[in-house]
Amino acid sequence: MKASVIVFPGSNCDRDIKISLQKFGIKTSMVWHADAKLPKSDLVVLPGGFSYGDYLRCGSIASKSRIMKEVINHSKKGGLVMGICNGFQVLVESGLLPGVLIRNINLKFICRNITVKVTNNKTNFTSKAKRNSVLEIPIAHNEGNYFASKDLIGQLEDNNQIVLQYCDATGNINEQSNPNGSMKNIAGIINKKGNVFGLMPHPERAADSLLGGIDGSLIFKSLK
Amino acid sequence: MKLQVIVTLKKDVLDPQGSAIKNSLSNMGFKNIEKLRQGKTFEITIKEKNEKVALSKAKEMCEKLLANMTIEDYSVKAIKE
Repeated sequence: MKASVIVFPGSNCDRDIKISLQKFGIKTSMVWHADAKLPKSDLVVLPGGFSYGDYLRCGSIASKSRIMKEVINHSKKGGLVMGICNGFQVLVESGLLPGVLIRNINLKFICRNITVKVTNNKTNFTSKAKRNSVLEIPIAHNEGNYFASKDLIGQLEDNNQIVLQYCDATGNINEQSNPNGSMKNIAGIINKKGNVFGLMPHPERAADSLLGGIDGSLIFKSLK
Repeated sequence: MKLQVIVTLKKDVLDPQGSAIKNSLSNMGFKNIEKLRQGKTFEITIKEKNEKVALSKAKEMCEKLLANMTIEDYSVKAIKE
C-alpha cells in the first residue's frame, strides 16, 4: 500500500503520521499543498495542525488549495482518504464529509487522552478493532464539536456512518464522556461510500508504547 | 466599488463565543442584553462598476469560501467609500 501525506502551511502532525504509516509497512510520500499532481496512492492522509493559522474557519483555506482538487478526484475514484483533527476539518470544509466542526462547547483547547468507542468496525479504517471496543487516544483541538442538522444526523445513523464516539473508560456514551459538545458524541465519521474517514483523535500519537499508548495502531493496521 | 459582507451563524446553531461575550458584558454591568450573536465582517474592494455584478460576485465568494453554508448565513451590500 502507498500513501501520500498532504503538507499544508501550518500542518504539524505530518511527520508523525509518516512515521506511523511506515511503521505498519505503508510506503509514504509527503506532498506539498501547492503541487498540482498527487503521486500514485492508495491512501491520502490530511494531517493535524493549524493549516493557514486556522484563519477564516479551521481547514477552510486548505480545503481550497491546489492539491485538494486531486484529493477530491482520488476520493471520487474510490481511493482512501483519512483526515485527522485539522485534516477532518479540511474534509468537512471541502464537502468530502458532511457536517461541520465548531468551537468546543467549553471554549477551551482540549489536549488530553480520551476514550472512544468503535461503533462501526466494518470500515477500511477500523476493521482490526473489535466492534464496540474502547480505544484510548489523545485529542488536541479547539474546534472539534461536530455539528449537523437533525436530518443529517439521522442519515449518518441509518447508514452506519458514525465510526467513533466519545465514551468513558467502560464504554458509556453520555454527556459526561463528551469532551467538546459533539452531537451524538461523534469523534469520527465515514462517508456513505466508505472511503473517506475523518476523526478528531490522533491515532499517530498512540501508535507506539514509547508515546504512552498503542491503541491508535489499530487504525493503521486496519488500512487496506 | 466597496462591498460589505456580513457572515453570521444560523439561528439554530450554538454560539459559545457569543454566550461568553454576553456573560462578560453582563458581569460588567450591562444587565439588559437579551441575546448576543457573534459574526464576521469583510470589506471587499472590487474592480467593478456595475453594482449588481459586484454583489453577485460577492455572493459567489460567500458560498464558495467566506461562509460555511451548513452553519452560517451571509448578507452583502455596497457601501459608500
